[in-house]
Amino acid sequence: MTATTHDEPNYMGVFWWLLVLTVLELGVIYTPVHRLAILALLVVLAISKAALVALYFMHLKFERRTLGLIALSPFVLCLFLILMLLPDIRPH
Amino acid sequence: MSEVAAVHVGVEPQETPLTPESWGKLGMWLFLAGDAMSFGCLIVGYGILRHASSNWPVPSQILGINLTAFMTFLLIVSSVWMVLSLSAIQKGDLPKFKKFMGLVILGGLVFLGCQAYEWTHLITEVLPHHNLSFSKDLFATTFFVLTGFHGMHVTGGVIYNSCVLAAVSRGRYQAKHVEIAGLYWHFVDLVWILIFTFVYLV
Repeated sequence: MTATTHDEPNYMGVFWWLLVLTVLELGVIYTPVHRLAILALLVVLAISKAALVALYFMHLKFERRTLGLIALSPFVLCLFLILMLLPDIRPH
Repeated sequence: MSEVAAVHVGVEPQETPLTPESWGKLGMWLFLAGDAMSFGCLIVGYGILRHASSNWPVPSQILGINLTAFMTFLLIVSSVWMVLSLSAIQKGDLPKFKKFMGLVILGGLVFLGCQAYEWTHLITEVLPHHNLSFSKDLFATTFFVLTGFHGMHVTGGVIYNSCVLAAVSRGRYQAKHVEIAGLYWHFVDLVWILIFTFVYLV
């Protein structure tokens, strides 16, 4: 299946989801819970929003699987970079 | 050498197996994967420096959240306008395409205006007030590098989209070219979503 043959996604539905997730993010930073819990929630919300944009606006959901792997490759590099730099982190 | 091979030596295949619509689309995806590695390294570097620093300010207390929340909303809306402009040209509705692509360009310009205002405000008022400076403090340096790199991408996107609008109006570009420009614009939106979270909210 190619990007030109699939049915048009519900773009306005994706827009409302993005809006709701953004409002949730703004609410999360004022929630009186542990800082690590806030960090974890913000990371999950940000990755969800990024995934919505990539899957529906960029039509990655309807593309070949290999193209998805190409799109994911930078995240592997980022994980590798974090793991490589971890030994150098010495929090004060 | 067979006759068929002799004819086709040095000739590129007509169709890419990954993106049968066009080679340009595959090219844009490969460019975006490389660009994402640049942004990824900057964001990871930012996180590592911040985690290892003993006196990192709380970003939300220094950077304005309201303005950047509006800028995030603006880029998300402009992404919707972009998909609507693609949808319009795929249906052959040129006036609707022009309207939505014009809005995308306008959205990008307003975003850049907001960023120029934010930077000016930070440099002339907020940072001196907190005794921070662009050249001495990693907080300020990493902030300007990350948001500046993204701002350059938005500038590039506004120019790119303007060229696409002009080329479609002259009948030189079709829907597949708009789709490729859309990929770039959505990527700029996607990166801002991550920057907004990791630089402004965390």
